[in-house]
Amino acid sequence: MVATKPELLATAASLEELSLLADAGADAFVIGESRFGARLPGEFGLEQIGEAVRIARGSERRPRIYAAVNNLMDNRTVGELPAYLGRLAEIGVDAIVFGDPSVLMAAREAAPQLRLHWNAEMTSTSYAQADYWGKRGASRIVLARELNMEQIVEVKQRTSLEVQVQVHGMTNIYHSKRSLVDSYLGHLGKAPEQVDSALGQGLFLMEADRRDERYPIYQDAYGTYMMSSDDICMIENLHELLEAGIDSLRVEGLMKTPAYNETVVRAYRAAIDAYAADPAGYRFDPSWLAAIRRVQDPSRELSYGFFYKEQVY
Amino acid sequence: MGMTMNKPRYQGKRYRLDRPELLAPAGNLEKLKFAVHYGADAVYIGGQKYGLRSGADNFSFEEMREGVEFAARYGAKVFVATNIYAHNEDIDGLEAYLRKLEEVGIAAIIAADPAIVETAQRVAPGLEVHLSTQQSVLNWRTVQFWKEEGLPRVVLARETSLEEIAEIKSHVDIEIEAFIHGAMCSSFSGRCVLSNHFTDRDSNRGGCCQSCRWKYDLYVDGDTIAEGEEQMFTMGSKDLCMIRHIPELIDVGVDSFKIEGRMKSLHYVATIVNAYRQAIDAYFADPDGYELRPEWLEEVHKAANRPLNTGFFFDTPGTEDHIYEPEEKAAPYDFAGVVLEYDEQTGLAVVQQRNHFKPGQEIEFFGPGGTFFKQTVDELRDREGNRLDAARHPLQEIVLRVAEPVRPMDMMRKRIR
Ligand code: SF4
Repeated sequence: MVATKPELLATAASLEELSLLADAGADAFVIGESRFGARLPGEFGLEQIGEAVRIARGSERRPRIYAAVNNLMDNRTVGELPAYLGRLAEIGVDAIVFGDPSVLMAAREAAPQLRLHWNAEMTSTSYAQADYWGKRGASRIVLARELNMEQIVEVKQRTSLEVQVQVHGMTNIYHSKRSLVDSYLGHLGKAPEQVDSALGQGLFLMEADRRDERYPIYQDAYGTYMMSSDDICMIENLHELLEAGIDSLRVEGLMKTPAYNETVVRAYRAAIDAYAADPAGYRFDPSWLAAIRRVQDPSRELSYGFFYKEQVY
Repeated sequence: MGMTMNKPRYQGKRYRLDRPELLAPAGNLEKLKFAVHYGADAVYIGGQKYGLRSGADNFSFEEMREGVEFAARYGAKVFVATNIYAHNEDIDGLEAYLRKLEEVGIAAIIAADPAIVETAQRVAPGLEVHLSTQQSVLNWRTVQFWKEEGLPRVVLARETSLEEIAEIKSHVDIEIEAFIHGAMCSSFSGRCVLSNHFTDRDSNRGGCCQSCRWKYDLYVDGDTIAEGEEQMFTMGSKDLCMIRHIPELIDVGVDSFKIEGRMKSLHYVATIVNAYRQAIDAYFADPDGYELRPEWLEEVHKAANRPLNTGFFFDTPGTEDHIYEPEEKAAPYDFAGVVLEYDEQTGLAVVQQRNHFKPGQEIEFFGPGGTFFKQTVDELRDREGNRLDAARHPLQEIVLRVAEPVRPMDMMRKRIR
């Protein structure tokens, strides 16, 4: 029996990386610009998004292009949303990703034909929430990375929406509207200009009792982001998600080089294809993980994230 | 930065005649009664499930019923926080729980998870649904979305400024609730899973262990930016305090003034409610002649356990709005007792002990509406008339002479520094 293949979803920092990862086997990309989208590896203005759509249509795999419109919006930005979404619809993106209901309001008004993916990151936590956004027009729910396998599988069984989970890379663990790095520099008597705290500048936090963990931190115009100290890596147990019929598997490319992301996409591509060709005879191939390990930053552990954890509260 | 005094443009353009609601937290039934007695128009509490303060005592349905009855005598309402983001396994039992809240007379739930919002609307239509700050609502379009979904009230993100609130109110006719006092996440509410990562405790289901207030070191180019252990910093925020800005909050149209703190003490709740109640009433008694009374501010500082600021209302918080070093308890006062009885003839009061006190100590009594006096502790006796060298036992009933008349539910605090 041949299984239906889930989508392998990637991010990209540039058009070049997008082409590279499309060739490596990505089925879809999330791209956008920081005015509307949060925690993006690179800036894609409307023109670049248009170019990405053209590249995608012209390539053999014909990957889908999703636009990230997932900021927590303020009054000023919501005024710009209808025009922006209208342009995205004209360009022909395959869906938009959102986590603030103002985007849904703007889409209803300016671009009702756009497909909508609900992604509020840590707060997308149940099948009931999936159904809620489904009834209001979303076709996909992107689940919180803090859910475990059992919960993910149950969401998939109980909702009719497409279900997306992150299978690889870092996650955002804290988002503040404050400029926390600048504030702390001020406390130390330093000017904010003395330290470049933007994405990719290598700043990290260490917590007093966890000195072997490095939590990347960066700032932009919308606040401060703290990221996980480890990278999720589900390649060994991917079959559990494939058996469950999860619709989209995301590899997060934030703060990684194109070469790293290419290796990761190839590994997951191989696993997904192998499973689809023969689900019953599928075996995890250790060389997939070995390839990832070769490019993995040794200070960042590969982990199962919350997939096998029981949390208390 | 947080204290910048650039006057918003709507200053002085007073159009509000209706009084905003003063909404207070209550971690248990006793706190509920005191919050209402000290002037809260509504209180919010947590039940046994679905609330974000799994560490608070939280109410049984029986206690809720009693709280609702007590509040009703003052014309006050009781809300229940059902503000977790539910996981699959939390959904079973939700309907029965919400129906029960409606049945015991709860006026509203405060919910963040749309699944809880929708379930409440379907199974317990007598409950109002207020959208929690955990949804981090910052803009009028999102407020409009929730209005169209049938919600009468939205609690805005703590990151909204006065100017932004005014703009939201100008676009959407809906009740706006805003936090005006108490502790704050330094992150957007709901957008922090530090506790999940550090300790496997789920912050969005009440498991937060205040990880932002732990100690961190910042590394730049692979090296720590500060020298020495003492330079490690916390990411904690100072606490919010808007008592100086009651007229601005009223003018922009905030409908409910919310005090944070279901985990806070009885003394804290009574003191803070008392101060804001007086400020709001003074404003409505004479808007043009309104002035901040220094004693309100003093009272607030007696309960505060962290340094205070004005959050995002005027400007994005900057360097001086955070707490970098381990915190010291700010207030030089401690809660000491609650007045149970007073005898006009003898001038003796019966006080229930809440903290150690003894003859010679400086104490003060306060009650609703700002009644206040100081005295020194004189002789102490128990109910049987035996002389005591100190009030040592929690809840012990102590007889002492008071310098001025007091009423049941007045409170007594002692100076500790
Ligand atoms: S750790 Fe701090 S910022 Fe995070 S949820 Fe807890 S109190 Fe809020």
